[in-house]
Amino acid sequence: MKTKIYMDHAATTPVRPEVLQEILPYFTEYYGNASGIYGIAKESKKALEKAREQVAAGIGAKASEIYFTAGGSESDNMALRGVAQARRQKGNHIITTKIEHHAILHTCEYLEKNGYDVTYLDVDTDGKIRLDDLKAAIRPETILISVMFANNEIGTIEPIAEIGQIAREKGIYFHTDAVQAMGHVEIDVDKMQIDLLSISGHKLGAPKGIGAIYIRSGIQVSPLIFGGAQERKMRAGTENIPGIVGLGKAVELAVAELPETKERLEKMRDRLISGILENIPHSRLNGHPTDRLPGNCNVSFEFIEGESMLLLLDALGVAASSGSACTSGSLDPSHVLLAIGLPHEKAHGSLRLTLDMDNTEEDIDFVLEKLPPLVARLREMSPLGHDAE
Amino acid sequence: MEYSEKVMDHFMNPRNIGEIEDASGVGLVGNAKCGDIMKVYLQIEDGIIKDAKFRTFGCGAAVATSSMATELVKGKNIQEALQVTNKAVMEALDGLPPVKVHCSCLAEEALHAALWDYAKKNNIVIEGLKEPVQDIDELHHHQ
Repeated sequence: MKTKIYMDHAATTPVRPEVLQEILPYFTEYYGNASGIYGIAKESKKALEKAREQVAAGIGAKASEIYFTAGGSESDNMALRGVAQARRQKGNHIITTKIEHHAILHTCEYLEKNGYDVTYLDVDTDGKIRLDDLKAAIRPETILISVMFANNEIGTIEPIAEIGQIAREKGIYFHTDAVQAMGHVEIDVDKMQIDLLSISGHKLGAPKGIGAIYIRSGIQVSPLIFGGAQERKMRAGTENIPGIVGLGKAVELAVAELPETKERLEKMRDRLISGILENIPHSRLNGHPTDRLPGNCNVSFEFIEGESMLLLLDALGVAASSGSACTSGSLDPSHVLLAIGLPHEKAHGSLRLTLDMDNTEEDIDFVLEKLPPLVARLREMSPLGHDAE
Repeated sequence: MEYSEKVMDHFMNPRNIGEIEDASGVGLVGNAKCGDIMKVYLQIEDGIIKDAKFRTFGCGAAVATSSMATELVKGKNIQEALQVTNKAVMEALDGLPPVKVHCSCLAEEALHAALWDYAKKNNIVIEGLKEPVQDIDELHHHQ
């Protein structure tokens, strides 16, 4: 089925036309390697530094603190492995959460196999960490705290400034995976006392394959990729100039439009959430009701399974996602939904709809009209819940 | 991962959904933990499966295999019904993605569980039929 309504913006976003227009000349016209000294190379170098300024301005950082990478996963790897290695003499303990993206969790597992000790903080039923748990987990050998800015599945925004404060007082580096938050929530690395921050381009209208990491000046990080002297020797490899130009432009646009985007998306999101909860019995909202990403709606329906929902939605031209096992490629449902205390069967019946500016009020109307009969149809097919209805 | 046209047809238009009152045999397998539960009802008269119905909690493949399995056993005698294996169900659906093969196993188990129930109720032994492995603990707290 051709997708008519795209509600999976947390997975990826279309490249914005304004971004594409900025990028195009850097494929064929200004193709020079930024390391060269001739005219066409200078164009690339200029574009590279302009984009660095744009990204830095978006988070209240200095341009010299931004390093371009191939995406969010690389930035997360660089933060964790880079700090772990650079600070090995100081300690081997890292604190993170149970609801991080796999780019963090699987990197932590790797570090655990290599002599590091990792504490995975629990979250409450809304998906927030408890600051007391964080304080209690800190040890003399703690070198890094990594807590995501906002969760990709349930949209919950973590108490980043408070975490930054605690980390700073203890002299521990603080990294946040801001892949979902960037461009959707205000970020100020100084006010929030963030030392390292991961960004991905394709979540905010830039192409796939480009990302960035913010590293506060003075913070010690070892590079992951060795080679040429690009990115002040922190990340070798010829710069992806079109991607970098796109990321700079996308950040600039998103941050400039943020107040307006946030207001509009929150209004659509809340109408979608309340419409679903009011019209579908045995449904619940996953994630924090107010401290959540402006475009994130995540709900669970009892007695039915997520992939079935996605297939029926796809047949209606609606693209969405779920935390069910069948969509995760394993036998277990989403680790995030289990961490907020959902029993397996409710985690299997989750539906995530993530909105962005290309969604309309008509899209919301369509989903609110089609979803109740769709859920009822699957419940009729299910052996569960017939006594409850 | 992509489903065959036949799988999508049996998912979008499932055959034999529902229950059979006073069924000759009922089989319930799977668990909510792994995300698939199948309940199969068989109406058996004079050793022939006259009707088969199901309800399934699960993914597209789970629904499609339940639908196909119930289709395949209708009109068959019990020994023929035992030949409706996960492999037969999968072949009839033009295959399943590798991660979904366990769904076809569940359909076979559900059929066997229903036949076992029938045999138990009627105090007979069906040659070649083993007691089903059931893990339905998770289901009970719903009901």
